[in-house]
Amino acid sequence: MICKKIKLAFQSLFPEPVPVPVPAEAESVGEDQDKKAKSPTPPRTDGVVEREYSIHGYHLDAQLAPAQLITAVTLLDEAEFFIESITGVDWIKDNQLEVVYDFSRYDFDLCRVVLRTRVDRKSPEVPTITTIYPGANWHERETHDFFGIKFAGHPHLIPLLLPEDADFHPLLKDFKA
Amino acid sequence: MNSPILLQPDETFILNVGPQHPATHGVLRVKMEMHGEYIVNAETVIGYIHRMHEKMGELKTYPQFLMNLSRMDYLGALGYSHGHVLLVEKASGIVVPERAEYIRAIMVELNRIASHLFWFGAFVMDLGGFSPLMYALQDREHILDMLEAVTGSRLTYCYFRFGGLCNDVDDDFITAARLFIPRMRKSMKKYHNLVTGNIIFRKRLEGIAPLSKEMCRKYGASSAVARGSGINFDVRKNEPYSVYPEFDFDVPVYHECDSLARYMVRMDEIEQSLRIVEQGLDKLPGGPIMPDKKPKLIKPPVGDYYQAVETARGSFGIRLVSDGGKNPYRLKLRSPTYSNMHLFDEACRGMMIMDALAFMGSLDLVIPEIDR
Repeated sequence: MICKKIKLAFQSLFPEPVPVPVPAEAESVGEDQDKKAKSPTPPRTDGVVEREYSIHGYHLDAQLAPAQLITAVTLLDEAEFFIESITGVDWIKDNQLEVVYDFSRYDFDLCRVVLRTRVDRKSPEVPTITTIYPGANWHERETHDFFGIKFAGHPHLIPLLLPEDADFHPLLKDFKA
Repeated sequence: MNSPILLQPDETFILNVGPQHPATHGVLRVKMEMHGEYIVNAETVIGYIHRMHEKMGELKTYPQFLMNLSRMDYLGALGYSHGHVLLVEKASGIVVPERAEYIRAIMVELNRIASHLFWFGAFVMDLGGFSPLMYALQDREHILDMLEAVTGSRLTYCYFRFGGLCNDVDDDFITAARLFIPRMRKSMKKYHNLVTGNIIFRKRLEGIAPLSKEMCRKYGASSAVARGSGINFDVRKNEPYSVYPEFDFDVPVYHECDSLARYMVRMDEIEQSLRIVEQGLDKLPGGPIMPDKKPKLIKPPVGDYYQAVETARGSFGIRLVSDGGKNPYRLKLRSPTYSNMHLFDEACRGMMIMDALAFMGSLDLVIPEIDR
């Protein structure tokens, strides 16, 4: 129920209703794994898709522009979602960094929502969501540690897990120890 | 004659708790701005034992990473391994034999009891009572012996495999587990008589450190921290996985929101875990512990997968981004205490320092699990 509501609310974020593409990897079984590995599906630019929970472990997957992030997170906050985690993925081949936000609910009406946003690898910057979820503070600092993604407006963006003078970002794919 | 030292009414000072302090149970540091005995502001500093497990996840193949999971939380390691194997099995479509899943659930629940027992002892020790720790360790020892006989290790288990287990349980284990259940129930009565009713203990916890539902949500708290604040949330019930739907157990929820409520939740959880172990032993099916058909090389198809499990410390999430190779492209570990600890800074404002330390104990912290 809540998933449908959230999906509708998210679709209003995108001016033209995006046709929902069927995730290619959802049906892949057995032998065609290797074939798929060589030609991965191109990254989506925007839109919200429903994912098969039994395979992926979440229900909604929304690809947003960094500017839409605050609106989307506010929507989730109003629907009483709690913040699960924030992390990054380095897509070095596309020259992009992805920030991934996980949200879930303290409820039996299950709905896990994943928000993604991609930024350029050279100047990675997304707005902070600590104003909405104070619990995002450490998650954003950790993501900054590991990927060097800047969270604009973050109150205290200093290394959290890495040493206090760390100037490296170990989870970048071109990081050399 | 010396004049007495006068403190200005608004004068504060900085107090460092940790990184080596017995109340933090590990290398954790809290910078506290104090006004007399009251905390004005606090900043938690973590990362002293950060080991970058997530990078290791990318550099190692899937089976090689199995042992890392038990190095995160040294008290309840099996719960974390459970999440990892479930995720990779789900992603690569490996079907686990029923017997293996039952044994996993039994082991995870025994491990949960061991973890809660240690927490119970350490928590009461924080509050000044030493002997409950000794009683708790005595009971925990029985569990560790049982687990050691089957898994080969006492703390850092590497027992689960993709598809099943590395070793089947024997009759000795079943007998020992069956004997353990009534003994543990007897001990619980002892603990409640010894500790829960103690007036000093109650005065230290009742009404202390109230956490609102809203705050738990904003920080993503789980486990007893959320359940002590009236949130009925347990991943085993809300997002059933493994064979947990087969078991009849309750989720203890308390609405007082204070430190005592968090204590009561964990104490009640021991009984619920005992119920699961009991039912698991009764229902334990025969058959193999590894599937007949299993891919030789674990290579999950391209995609993004998430799995949440309820560990002794709360909702542990693990995200896998696979590019179809033999190593994960990205492996994110979401540790529950990380979120639970995070709300300490905000919640302890205005609290007396002794209450804050009792509150910290009630969060059930394991530092290597926060730092990863």
